[in-house]
Amino acid sequence: MYTQFNLIQKSKRVAILFFLAIGIFACKENEEKDAKYYENIKMVGQKTAELTAPPFVPAPVGDRPAMKLIVNMEITEKEGEMVDGVKYTYWTFGGSVPGSFIRTRVGDEVEFHLKNHPDNKMPHNIDLHAVTGPGGGATSSLVAPGHEKVFSFKTLNPGLYVYHCATAPVGMHIANGMYGLILVEPEGGLAPVDKEYYIMQGDFYTKGSYGEQGNQPFDMEKAIKEQPDYVVFNGKVGALTGDKALTAKRGETVRIFMGNGGPNLVSSFHAIGEIFDKVHVEGGDLINKNVQTTLIPAGGAAIVELKVEVPGTFILVDHSIFRAFNKGALGMLKVEGEENKKVYSGTIQEGIYLPEGGTIQTMPKVAGTPKNTVAKTLAQQVVSGKALYGRTCSACHQAEGQGVPNAFPPLAKSDFLNANPDRAVNAVLHGLSGEVTVNGKKFNNVMTSQNLTDDEVSDVLTYVYNSWGNNKTIITPEKVKAIRAKPAPKAKDVHE
Amino acid sequence: MLKNKIVLSLFLLIVTTSLVAQEPKMVAIARGKFVPLYGATTKTPVEVKPFYIDVYPVTNAQYLTFLKKYPENSRSRIKGIFADKSYLSQWESDFSFGKVNLSNAPVTNVSWFTAKKYCECQGGRLPTMDEWEYVAMADEKRIDARTKESFNKYIMSWYEKPNTYANPVGETFKNYWGVYDMHGLVWEWTGDFNSIFLSGESRKDKDTDKNLFCGSASVNATDLMNYAAFMRYAFRGSLKARYTTKNLGFRCAKDKK
Repeated sequence: MYTQFNLIQKSKRVAILFFLAIGIFACKENEEKDAKYYENIKMVGQKTAELTAPPFVPAPVGDRPAMKLIVNMEITEKEGEMVDGVKYTYWTFGGSVPGSFIRTRVGDEVEFHLKNHPDNKMPHNIDLHAVTGPGGGATSSLVAPGHEKVFSFKTLNPGLYVYHCATAPVGMHIANGMYGLILVEPEGGLAPVDKEYYIMQGDFYTKGSYGEQGNQPFDMEKAIKEQPDYVVFNGKVGALTGDKALTAKRGETVRIFMGNGGPNLVSSFHAIGEIFDKVHVEGGDLINKNVQTTLIPAGGAAIVELKVEVPGTFILVDHSIFRAFNKGALGMLKVEGEENKKVYSGTIQEGIYLPEGGTIQTMPKVAGTPKNTVAKTLAQQVVSGKALYGRTCSACHQAEGQGVPNAFPPLAKSDFLNANPDRAVNAVLHGLSGEVTVNGKKFNNVMTSQNLTDDEVSDVLTYVYNSWGNNKTIITPEKVKAIRAKPAPKAKDVHE
Repeated sequence: MLKNKIVLSLFLLIVTTSLVAQEPKMVAIARGKFVPLYGATTKTPVEVKPFYIDVYPVTNAQYLTFLKKYPENSRSRIKGIFADKSYLSQWESDFSFGKVNLSNAPVTNVSWFTAKKYCECQGGRLPTMDEWEYVAMADEKRIDARTKESFNKYIMSWYEKPNTYANPVGETFKNYWGVYDMHGLVWEWTGDFNSIFLSGESRKDKDTDKNLFCGSASVNATDLMNYAAFMRYAFRGSLKARYTTKNLGFRCAKDKK
């Protein structure tokens, strides 16, 4: 009898516990806040949003409550430089490509003021992927030059979102640079990190091919064929290299808000020599860890985080790699600090390895005869040589000719160059591979043959010889022509 | 008698020259048919009846003359419902376009209401969108050059040239009809600019009317032509009658009786 009672009691207790458990879970489910919750969230106060040009982002939202946020976004159509000597008319949100970074938290009511500058020729609008509503705001925001449109929306879903212009022809507006990112932080904000940066990839279509000088108009045909001349980070070649490189100190955690404006290409975002510790896949809630390359769709984004354990220059690329080295999709993250030999030793040993059948690589030749121009002065040669150097050589040999230790030999104060100008001409014309010794350091790498005209080779080498403490040799186009007429030298002769 | 004749002819000469000076130069446009990008829901051609159109857009100097005669349209006296705040904002004052603006540059920052008023006071009207597009499709030699690639490229290159509104009229090419500046100077008002309803969401518009914009993947002259023309319709779609903008001027037309 007693045991029976006990059993009943027990089962009752179990049942109560069971219901309690369900109750707890039910409560927990309620705590999973949804769009409905954020729609009705209490808002406290209002302020004007801080907007920043890339590569910078506004201050984090932290644990502030939801509020009314006023965004003043001005559209300007203005001329900029795609790469040295190449002018392009950009259409911009906030004067930069990509457009100003907008930082909000979930539950904010954003009052968006879209202003079209009076000097502009085009009507524009904005489609924010963070908006829940027709056209993402585009239906309410078509604005004529010299006018302003206001609409407001509630941020219901946390994440990193692309915004862009959606005025016809949509592709052309996007191709001219009309895109940017809006971040909707979760309640309490993203976890604090040491450095935050803003990058967007974009593809550009110009009448002339890569590097062709002067004012380059948008080319609709290339855009439809999806054959860009430029694929770049932050609107131009070199926006994130040299003294514009992103910076961090060893041991810091860097967060990159990485978007892709397109209009056409998908980005395979990769940091050479680093691994993304954390990736908010596609800018959403899903977190992937230990990622080498993350795919960023056109009109999509990702938040990547990496702790930089080792000092050095880390190259950010679209790993569709010709885009990086031939079309501009290359940025740099410079990390300062003490060497960390535990993580990376540097070269420990160097030797010679000559496999069978190693050949020098060549670039395809473009049909047509090279253009001949009148003789240039030294100053003119240096000017055009500098532009060429920036486009063609600096990715490896670096902006000041300093090279990269153990990878790319320096051109600054280079004994190798100064000893033998013909050899330098040959290297540019025919490429160079195998071991060379430059300023006492051994290098063993491959330089491809460069597809340049006699004039271009003459300009770029004259620039190099007249820069960074070299011996001021002048390389004439005639000399280049003469060397080009001879057969390519054998590897043995080059390396001695 | 002879003396009288000379006096008379002199008088007539003065009258006619003063008439020419007053009257902006117009040219006759012959009757024709064409299929505009928009407006024809079916692909049937639109008929354009014979009419006259100004050779050049209306200039600052011409507009100033008009304002002096009809001062209720001046900057400080115009009613807000007829022109917004930027009306003639580049001018120095009510009755001076100042030194920065050329007298023979097109007048811009004018609303549809004021442009219409101007034309009516000259005994004319604004051209209809179909009339305007009909004249604008001609290059130097052909009535319809819309399929010519270089013609479309010329039109589109204007989108990338800054500050063309400051240029004098008559510096672009003279088209088949003898009309200048249909492309390459400023946008222009038309009488029925808002008769094509664009919701502002171009992608949606594309769904509702397939004829509006052909976005096929092939690259041919038709696509280019569509892009060039599309910009004008998109621009018009963003306007309201009281709006004024720096790159928007106008010219007048007149019925041919």
